[in-house]
Parts: sequence; C-alpha cells; structure tokens
Amino acid sequence: METANRTTGPYIGAPIKRREDFRFITGRATFVDDIKLPNMLHAAVLRSPRAHARIHAIDTSKALKIPGVVKIFTFDDLGELAVPVPIRMYQLAGLERHLQPLLAHDKVRYVGEPVALAIAESRYLAEDALDAVEIEYEDLPAVVDVYEAMKNEILIDETAGTNIAAVHEFSIGDVDQAFREAEYIRREEFRVHRFTGNPLETRGFVAAFDSGKGELTVWGVTKLPHLNRQTIAAFLKMPERKLHFIENDVGGGFGIRGELYPEDFLIPFASVKLGQPVKWIEDRREHLMAANHSRENRCQLEVAARKDGTILAFRAMVYGDMGAYVRTHGGLVPCSTAALLTGPYRVPNYQAKIHLVVTNKTGLGTFRAPGRYESCFYRERMIELMAKDLAIEPVELRFKNLIRPEEIPYTVGVTRPGSAPTVLDSGNYPSALRRGLKEFEYEKLKPLQGQLKSGRYYGTGIACFVKNTGGLEPYEGARIVLGDRNDVAVYLSISMLGQGHETAMAQICADALGVPMDWITVYHGNTDTTPFGWGTFASRGTVMCGSAVHLAGQRLKQKLLSLAAEQIGVAADALELREGKIYRLSTEAVPLDLDEIVSRVRHSGTLNQGLPELEETAYFHSNQMTYSYGVHLAHVAVDAETGVMEVLKYLVVEDIGRAINPLLIHGQTVGSAVQGIGGTMLEELIYDGNGQLLTGSLMDYLLPTSTDVPDIGSVTLEEAPSPLNPLGVKGAGEGGIVGTGAALANALSNALAIYSIQVKSLPLTPDRIRAWISGRAC
Amino acid sequence: MSAKQVIKITVNGRAFERLVEVRMTLADFIRQELDLTGTHLGCEHGVCGACTILVNGEAVRSCLMLAVQAGGARLETVEGLANGNELHPLQRAFNDHHALQCGFCTPGFLMTAVAVLKENPAPTREQAREAISGNICRCTGYQPIIDAVVQAALELRGSQREPSK
Repeated sequence: METANRTTGPYIGAPIKRREDFRFITGRATFVDDIKLPNMLHAAVLRSPRAHARIHAIDTSKALKIPGVVKIFTFDDLGELAVPVPIRMYQLAGLERHLQPLLAHDKVRYVGEPVALAIAESRYLAEDALDAVEIEYEDLPAVVDVYEAMKNEILIDETAGTNIAAVHEFSIGDVDQAFREAEYIRREEFRVHRFTGNPLETRGFVAAFDSGKGELTVWGVTKLPHLNRQTIAAFLKMPERKLHFIENDVGGGFGIRGELYPEDFLIPFASVKLGQPVKWIEDRREHLMAANHSRENRCQLEVAARKDGTILAFRAMVYGDMGAYVRTHGGLVPCSTAALLTGPYRVPNYQAKIHLVVTNKTGLGTFRAPGRYESCFYRERMIELMAKDLAIEPVELRFKNLIRPEEIPYTVGVTRPGSAPTVLDSGNYPSALRRGLKEFEYEKLKPLQGQLKSGRYYGTGIACFVKNTGGLEPYEGARIVLGDRNDVAVYLSISMLGQGHETAMAQICADALGVPMDWITVYHGNTDTTPFGWGTFASRGTVMCGSAVHLAGQRLKQKLLSLAAEQIGVAADALELREGKIYRLSTEAVPLDLDEIVSRVRHSGTLNQGLPELEETAYFHSNQMTYSYGVHLAHVAVDAETGVMEVLKYLVVEDIGRAINPLLIHGQTVGSAVQGIGGTMLEELIYDGNGQLLTGSLMDYLLPTSTDVPDIGSVTLEEAPSPLNPLGVKGAGEGGIVGTGAALANALSNALAIYSIQVKSLPLTPDRIRAWISGRAC
Repeated sequence: MSAKQVIKITVNGRAFERLVEVRMTLADFIRQELDLTGTHLGCEHGVCGACTILVNGEAVRSCLMLAVQAGGARLETVEGLANGNELHPLQRAFNDHHALQCGFCTPGFLMTAVAVLKENPAPTREQAREAISGNICRCTGYQPIIDAVVQAALELRGSQREPSK
C-alpha cells in the first residue's frame, strides 16, 4: 500500500505511516518488564501441577531459608482481603458460585492454579523459592469434557452441587411453529476447540506502593485501565484516586491481556504489605496454563427451511466449557456465540439455550471475535450442508437468505442477556458477497472444487459474517488541550495495545479541530489524565473514543473561532479554522495564526473569567453497536496422504463504514486473518483425561509463522457508514478473524468431497484430517 | 547455584566487564545488567525469536545462551542499529510498510533481518519469507515484514533493480 507522511488535511482516509513506530524500532519502547524501580522485589507464582486435588498442607519453611527470599504468601496471608476475582460482564445467575480465589486453599481445580506467591530479591531467587515449597495434595478425579461434566459425577465445586454454572435462553418469533411447517429440517452437532490469543508479550505487572503518600502506582494491566483501577481500589479498600494506573507499551492484547486475574490482585497486595515495589512477569508456560483460554464450545444446531432454501428458523443448544472458574468475562463467550449465530441472514425465528459448564481446565475469556468466530463456523457449515441437501448452489443459498439492504436497519431481536435488541445498523450484505466473489475470481476457482491435481485436492470455501463493534460499554472520552507554540495534546480514555491510536486519533483530531496533524500528540491509558473511561476491546476504540475526539475537536474549534471573532471584531461564523490558521471567509485578508489566540488567552489572565478555556472534553455515548460485515474466501490444497492442508489464497472483504487510516485497517485485517488461520489449522490447548495440559510450550502449541500462511487479500469497503456515530465508522479489529474457521472448513469439505468429508469440528490439523480421510467421524 | 564469574563483553561497540551469576541467561544479562531492554523475551524457550541478537555477527536467541557463554564475544542489539537518530534502512522500511503493530517482536525481527541480509543481500520475497520464519509476530500477519525486508535489501544494495524471482 502506498503510504504517506501527509502534512496537510484532510487526514481522515489517508494511509498515514504510524508516528508511534520510532520507539519500537529503536528498542526504546517501555514494556512492563522494562520498568525497573529502586528496591524492587520480584514475584513468582507457585501453580498447581494437579488438575483436581485437595490441599492438605503447605510448608514454606525451607523456601524461606533461601537467602534473598523475602516472603511467601499463601491463602491464609490474605486475611480479610481474600476476595475472589469478580465477574464484570455477563453476570448470569449461578456463575457467582464459581469465582476464582486469589490463591487456592482447600482445593485446586486446574493445572496452573495459583497456590502461593514467592517474593524475592530477583526472579531467579523467587523461582528457587517455588522449588522449595512443599505441598501435600490428595488427587481427585478430573473432568475435562462438557458432557461428562454435566453428569455431575465429579463436582468441580461441591457446595454448588452441579457443574452447570448457569443456563441462559431466549426465543425470537415462533420457532416451534416454524419447525412444524418446515419442508426441510436438519440437525447437526458442531464443536470449536480451545485456543487463545497468545500475545507475544506475556502478562506482567509492577506495583509500587508509596507508604509515605499512601498511594499505589501500577503498570502493566491495560485494556480497561479505569475499570481495573476501580476493581483493585475496592479490593485494597483504597479510594480510586490514590491508585494510578499507568499504561506502558503493550505487546498485544487480543482479549486476553488487561483482564484481571488473581496475579493482578496479588502483586499490589504484596507491594502494600511489603512497602516495596513488586514486579511479576509471566513466562510462556504460565501464560498457556494460566491466562484465559478461549472459544471452546459445542453447538447442536437445527435449521428449518423451505425446499427452495428459504431459512425459517434456527434452534441452537450451546455448551460452553468455562474451565474451573468463571472469570471476569462471565458468560460472554458462549452467550456471544448464540447472540450472532444468525449472522447476516434473515432468520425470522430463532431460539437458543446456552449451558455454561465448569470443568477442570483453565478459565475461559475472550479472544478476538469471541463467540462470533465460533458461531460463524456453525452457521456457515450448516448453510453448506443445507445447500448440498437441497441441491442449491451454496452461493445462491446465501444470496437468497442474506438480509437485503432495504430491510436494514434490521432487528434480530433480544439475543444478549439483559441487553437491548440486536439491530444491524447499516449495510449492503449482498454487495459485499458479490465483491468478494469477483475479487477472488471465484468462478475461475469453482471448477477446481474437489479436483485432484499433482497429488492434492483443491477446494474453495466461503463464509459471510457480521461483527458487532463499538458500544458494549456506554461511553468513551477525549480531552484536547492547547499549549503554546502549536502544541495540541489529546488525552484518550482508552488504552492502546498495538492498534495505532497515536496516529489514527491524531488524524481525527486534526480534521475536527482544523490543525496540522504534526501539532498533535496523543496520550492514552493513564487514569490520572482522564478520570473516566472503559477501554479497548470489541473493536470499539475508533467507534467510541474516535467519536469523542471528533466531538471534542469540533467543540474546541468553535471556542477558538469565538475567541478569534472577538479579537478581530467579526462574527464567529464568518471565520474558518484550517491547518492551524484562522481565515476570514469573505475576504482575502492574511489569516491569523492560531497561536496568537492561544497566547492571548493564556497570558491575559482571562482564563476562567468569561473567556472559554483552551481545552475541551467530550464523551461519546452509545448503547447501540455498529455491525461491520463482509465475506471470507479461502482456496486450499489438501494432501490426502499426509492430511496437510495448504492455504493457497485468502481474501477478506469487510465494510467498516468509513476508513480513518487504510494502512492501519489493512494491518488489522491481515493480522487477524493470519491469527484465525493459525487458530484453525495449528493451535489447540489439549488436555488429557487427567486434566493435564499437554500444550504448555510453543513447541506443542503452534503459532503461525511466515511460511504457514499466504499473503492475505484485504478489501475494505465504505458503502454503509454507521448512522450511530458522527464519523460513520465501524470497528476493524475483528472482521479479519471471524470467518476464518468457517471459510477454511468449507474449503476443506469441498476439497475432500470425494471422501464424503463434512467438517463439523475444529481444528483442521493434519492428524485430524487424516483421521477423517480414513473414515473417522468429523 | 549462585556461582559467579567475570565476563568481558562488547555490546554495540562498547566494552563491559561484569561479575555475573553463571546461571543467568544472556537475555537477562543484557536486559537486567546492561539495561538494554530493547531485546525482548516472548517465550524463553527459543521458539519466538523476540530475543534475537547478533553474537559475533550471527543471529542468536539470547534466551538460550548463558551470559558466561558470551564472554569475549561481540554483541549487537537493536539499540545499536540506528546511527544516533538516523535509522537503519530496515528500521525505515518497517515504518514504511507498517511492519509492526504492538512492536514487541520487532527488535527480534530486525536483528534476524540484519543477519539474513548479510548472508543474502538480494532476497526474493519468498526467500525473505523463509528467512524470517523462525520469528513469531502475533499482529501483522508477516506480509508487511516481508515487504520491509525486501525494500531494505534494495536500499542497502543501493540499487533500484528488482530482485530476481
């Protein structure tokens, strides 16, 4: 892509190179492990090697004798602060019975559960201490399968009396009637495996308690700085303002980072108790066994249709494997699977029942497009199976059922617990599919479906999607402050996890305010500079915070024009602010430099005495979500002898309403597609029957590398701006991943049609493909 | 366990003499003892490549070496790549192609690429793809990194000639 170092507006829409890159490419960025404070201690977490066991005794005496080991905290040390990690979203009744304690006491329930926290003068010594702690366990049988767990023969928590943590159901239209009237019914069971985001930087946390001031500064927990501060302040029984959450640079988020885990409570606790800064950096093995896992669920899906392919109803039973404890996201992942299961199609009757089940595995949380990746796989596989049964071209079947532009805004109904109805806000779904087929040269590839050439079978797969973006939490804010000498500071209420806010938000501010982009510096993720905010997740950064920047910029511009009008002696609406200069609309008079206004106001002593201040704060509110949409297309070749599938060609078409920076959007789309391809073809968190995690290193848990994926095609459409925000934008972070499982599974099924393979579960690893070829059920 | 040894080492042209624990990894030594935190640790078991540095000109995973094994060696890290504020062509190319998002893997990719281009100053796109396949990036999908390596190679050769396919 042609990139730009643009020096004049409009900036929105230009593929401007990132301004934040300099510190990263020179090694000068500050990630959490780069923070080094005087008297800093180091923590290491002792984790359970057992999946399910009673703890009879913990003996720390030998560990404490090691010189340099300062303290070992166990559950009893927590005293009155022994609260569990709270649920913050999708708090379905019943889930509260399965909260995670900060440190295990009576029982451990998954491999990796924190049992003790060692504090020492170095990380090396802290790990020595872990080796010297003696714990007496009594093993209990483990349960790692949802259906097995639902039998309640082995209870994860005896006091709950059941492993079914919660059940949620909803119904839209008259599903039973639709099934009675249907000419065609099909029922299938699908499964999506367990995998997770694996940001390249593991989790980490530095907490520094200043006992003089009674204040705590923390680095490392980003994504939701304000909510995290609120939760930790409540835990420590301290006023929020005495906690300072500082966002340092962050090595990727993808849903997993920035949620609160036991360690995020324990490290501040340790710092307060010991009166010294404490650092904890997770290693990769810990990350794979302790940070949120994601996805894993099963879906029994039934479809009712007419013979001509018109879908009448869906009925879905979703079973979410929550792991041993329900973490901060509550029931989000399985509930979101059901929420968007109907996707971009007209499904007038829809019923879903979601079971959230606990097992002896690591807790479940979000990973990029949580639930939507899963439901896209279920739905798009079902569409293909229907098409085969009804002898209709799969593409035609999709066009027949896609919601037409004139039906939009389209109300799906209430699909999320305690939320307003799901309303698809804007879009032309058939147009996106047509564009995808054309760009991909689908008609040329179609004759290759199922053909054997040079030892490999060829197949092409399609997946249509919608993805909710923005919204979710009600607001975000931005504050713009003018300084002397053309200095504009923009403070965001959200954090950055690699997306490029320092560039994109500067583009939005420059256009809204009417100043050159290089005057602007963007700050983010610090609770001291913006008192209120939510965070960066669900592709909501640009939608919510970008809109706040736009509003603040526009309002500040009005203030400045009023000031200039007063100075010049004309009406404000006779003036225009452009590229940092104030022009008179009707004359050729020499423009006034903005800095002259700023200097006068700053130095005349009139600040707060009638004249507007040189700053503006705006909050953008929205309870509704915007829906990006599009199509994924995959073309693959499969070696039937080895089971190895190669992705030859991949395309993502996504309409995001309006593109702020096409360079960054292209990066989001390609990067998330590769994450999805890796997750579909390489990655799986595998447990054995005893609940041991078999994939505890990157040698067992395979992340995609440059030779595993082809170049990804990406088409960004701007046909349907969102009516729900002033910029017309929709989020671009997740559309690239949402259809990967579905498109690849469809491509594989088409390639191996000769073997009558219809993929019903993921991942698509060579061993599983081989098993299907040799006749095992999918 | 806490045995110590003195090592002499040159990092980015500067000589250091330090007493180190023999069990300390080279990566931890660079980061903790020399405060050169541009070298990152993504897995600490030699898979992700974030900790890649040059040891006597060769790309090495500094998490898999002990500091004492590097005694007497000449090391180059990402901090030594730019000449003051004048960026190395690879650094410029990474910015031009949006070859980083979170930036955590970037120092490892840059140092790998320095070694790659020394060995093959004119890589094709496919050769560049192969050459960086030992490093993991979770954000970009690799395409822009490959483009950046090819562009930097062109610039380093001082030629506008397209590499042979």
